[in-house]
Amino acid sequence: MAEALLKIEGIHKRFGGLHALNNVGLTINKGEVYGLIGPNGAGKTTLFNVLTGLYQPDEGTFTFNGRDLFRAKPHVVVSAGIARTFQNIRLFAEMTALENVMVGRHIRSKAGALGAVLRNKGTMEEERSIRSKAMELLAYVGIADVAEERARNLSYGHQRRLEIARALATEPMLLALDEPAAGMNPRETDELKGLMHKIRDGGVTILLIEHDVKLMMDLCDRIAVLDYGKKIAEGVPEVVRKDPKVIEAYLGAAHA
Amino acid sequence: MTKALDTNKKVGLFLIAAVVLAVLPFIVGNTLGNSWIRIIDFALLYVMLALGLNIVVGFAGLLDLGFIAFYAVGAYTYALLGSPHFGLHLPFYITIPLGALFAALFGILLGTPVLRLKGDYLAIVTLGFGEIIRIFMNNLNAPVNITNGPQGINLIDPINVGGLSLGKALQVGGTSLNSVYLYYYMFLALTVLVVIMAWRLQHSRIGRAWVALREDDIAAAAMGINIRNIKLLAFALGALSGGVAGGLFASFQGFISPESFGLLESIMILAMIVLGGMGHIPGVILGAVVLTIAPEVLRDVIGPLQMKTFGRMLIDPENARMLLFGLALVVMMLVRPEGMWPSKRRKAEFEDAKEAAAQKG
Amino acid sequence: MDIFLQQILNGLVLGSIYALIALGYTMVYGIMGLINFAHGEVVMFGAMVTISVITALTGAGVDLPGVVLVLIGLLVAIPACMLLGYVIERVAYRPLRGAQRLAPLITAIGLSIVLQQVAILIWGRNYIPFPQILDHDTVEFFGASITKLQIVIIVLCIAIMAGLLMMVERTKLGRAMRATSQNPSVAGLMGVNVNTIISTTFVIGSALGAIAGVMVATNYDQAHYYMGFMIGLKAFTAAVLGGIGNLGGAVAGGLLLGIIESLGAGYIGTLTGGFLGSHYQDIFAFIVLIAVLIFRPSGLLGEKMADRA
Repeated sequence: MAEALLKIEGIHKRFGGLHALNNVGLTINKGEVYGLIGPNGAGKTTLFNVLTGLYQPDEGTFTFNGRDLFRAKPHVVVSAGIARTFQNIRLFAEMTALENVMVGRHIRSKAGALGAVLRNKGTMEEERSIRSKAMELLAYVGIADVAEERARNLSYGHQRRLEIARALATEPMLLALDEPAAGMNPRETDELKGLMHKIRDGGVTILLIEHDVKLMMDLCDRIAVLDYGKKIAEGVPEVVRKDPKVIEAYLGAAHA
Repeated sequence: MTKALDTNKKVGLFLIAAVVLAVLPFIVGNTLGNSWIRIIDFALLYVMLALGLNIVVGFAGLLDLGFIAFYAVGAYTYALLGSPHFGLHLPFYITIPLGALFAALFGILLGTPVLRLKGDYLAIVTLGFGEIIRIFMNNLNAPVNITNGPQGINLIDPINVGGLSLGKALQVGGTSLNSVYLYYYMFLALTVLVVIMAWRLQHSRIGRAWVALREDDIAAAAMGINIRNIKLLAFALGALSGGVAGGLFASFQGFISPESFGLLESIMILAMIVLGGMGHIPGVILGAVVLTIAPEVLRDVIGPLQMKTFGRMLIDPENARMLLFGLALVVMMLVRPEGMWPSKRRKAEFEDAKEAAAQKG
Repeated sequence: MDIFLQQILNGLVLGSIYALIALGYTMVYGIMGLINFAHGEVVMFGAMVTISVITALTGAGVDLPGVVLVLIGLLVAIPACMLLGYVIERVAYRPLRGAQRLAPLITAIGLSIVLQQVAILIWGRNYIPFPQILDHDTVEFFGASITKLQIVIIVLCIAIMAGLLMMVERTKLGRAMRATSQNPSVAGLMGVNVNTIISTTFVIGSALGAIAGVMVATNYDQAHYYMGFMIGLKAFTAAVLGGIGNLGGAVAGGLLLGIIESLGAGYIGTLTGGFLGSHYQDIFAFIVLIAVLIFRPSGLLGEKMADRA
């Protein structure tokens, strides 16, 4: 029996008149790659934002690794072990690649203002370890050579990888990736797939939103399908692919 | 090899700077007179203030137009505890830290309700806070006389270091060192401390979090930065420097009144940062020095120049000074919005923005 | 005399003036998304120019009824302020459109300082009395009193504001303004000349500011080079209170702020047991501003903004 890492039930989120998430529940197990698909506007990114603390859900329950994260602030969610990337890359554009990853270490380090000013031994050691860990992660995602480049000047593929490295720096148990392959060419997508396998094999559970259905079928252990804010299907890729409700949602009623 | 050379060069520059700063008051005093040492003392105070505000505006990107309120808190704390007003004469090593502490508390008090605000809104609310504090200073003389209202507080104790009063001339082997010399070294020492503090903060975990907040607060939150705490920390530490400078100002001046803490002062300090180079410590120092010295030079120049060329005063020098200041703000923003001495990163940001604008247009 | 009613009446007078100025802030904010810090100075210039014109006319021995003199003053002040508004936009805002937010704020502050100093050069640092040409007859009203002049101020403000709302809702120019405030680039694609619309917005706002300036001067019987700062700040508060960018909101916010301030000043002494007196009147605007921004940042009439990610 798989061990549940994240569990939400009965999640609702409304924006004015729009019911963006309607009674959504799902369970992500430890060690799996869990996919989230659905047509545009189905509520995938909203759900993502709820799971990473950027949105506060209106109703429901949200537990992660035994902790209650319902309406928790983003930094609490991160410290509990959920990290994310953004659909439209949100790096700190004027910082170097290395500094971006160093920011990711914030939650796993402690030095305060006083330590910063006094530069005591503990602070300096921590600073060194932040730097070396960040370098390690850049190498891990394969972009160590651009450590001193400003994030803004990196190629698109490198920016995507940097965002993943920055998220990994928070030492997540669950890594949530919002369309990481968007805008990539087939070779880059392939390399990304390799990276994700490496991350999963390293013991990190992955939550993935992606439009590339083939990629999702390849990568994911289980997939949930959202449509109009509701979960309409969930299961292993082969089953979900054949689900008539999913086909209808994607192709429209005319084809059903 | 080259690295060793660089280090040597740095040490050399540092030594030269140290020597220049050490003898500066003597050079200035013997050529321009003591009134100019006084102006340099003020420049040091403004460097401290500008570096404090720079933590809030330059590092964390929070626009604050009421910064002078913290200066006021520090100054009034010192004045109330060290003057005949209440008959209290506590030593500076109690009143200045206390003033800094109160200022930091005010910083948190101000910061808490405005956490959700950004940009112009934040600017205008902080401006409002600054004005509220000034209104209270002006009116808290009745029914209980706390601040002595618009008359302000007089005869404030000078700083007294182990029996040596900085307010009186010091006799050293036949020569007499005016009070402005003594304050110079006191201010210089504290300014160096504030510079080190600001520089170390900038290059730390906290400094990185501020930059992250400035660049993208949502991404910063998603990286686990506690946005509320990191903003409040910026407000508190900025206010702390402002509070220290305020206490020094009260002791140096010997007199304070609400008039010294108006909106124009807040604008002036913001201008020092923006014209100097926001977020860049050397730029901010330059901005503070230029904006303290330049108006004084103008004061000495504008009057005589008019007398010489027109034979009479056409424009009151004070008026002309402010006119030039306003114009300088406008022209600088149009011509060189990144400031006189921006950091490399800032400069790149502005160039990127220009490129983007050019592509759009 | 009924203090409560009296304070309400005073508040209405004050509030209708705030509303007129608030419209200038809110129109510019609606279209460009920024606060025109120099708007208060336009108000000040309106008051100063009008006083100068009236003084010059009476000095030259022109013998006309007070109302006519004020109207002539306004006929000079309004175009002068419109020109000033146009120049402010061209100098401080247009070159910086699309730049970082801090830059236009600093230029606007710089221009404010310049305009104040120019005012000092022309009119000096002292308070300038408004010429005694208008009668200050009062009308008794359920135990409270109000001057005829104040009634005129209220009526005139309501008329002007109604006219402006009509213009924005009904005319082609108004439609273009609304389109620009929704989305400038799309409006541009649809054939709206965005530059012209922005200039027009500044010019209209400045005309309202000029009229408001004269009202302030007549109501307080004086004008001063620094008067624009506080009145501008309060009018901005009114705009935020009503929901910035919303014209009806500016009017409601102005009136409400005027009344809050009057009542506050009238009752603060009793409320604090005499500890704080009516010279704290100015803090009410700031307290309202801060409270609104914290509890309802979209203002009373603004729609609640969805939180963005």
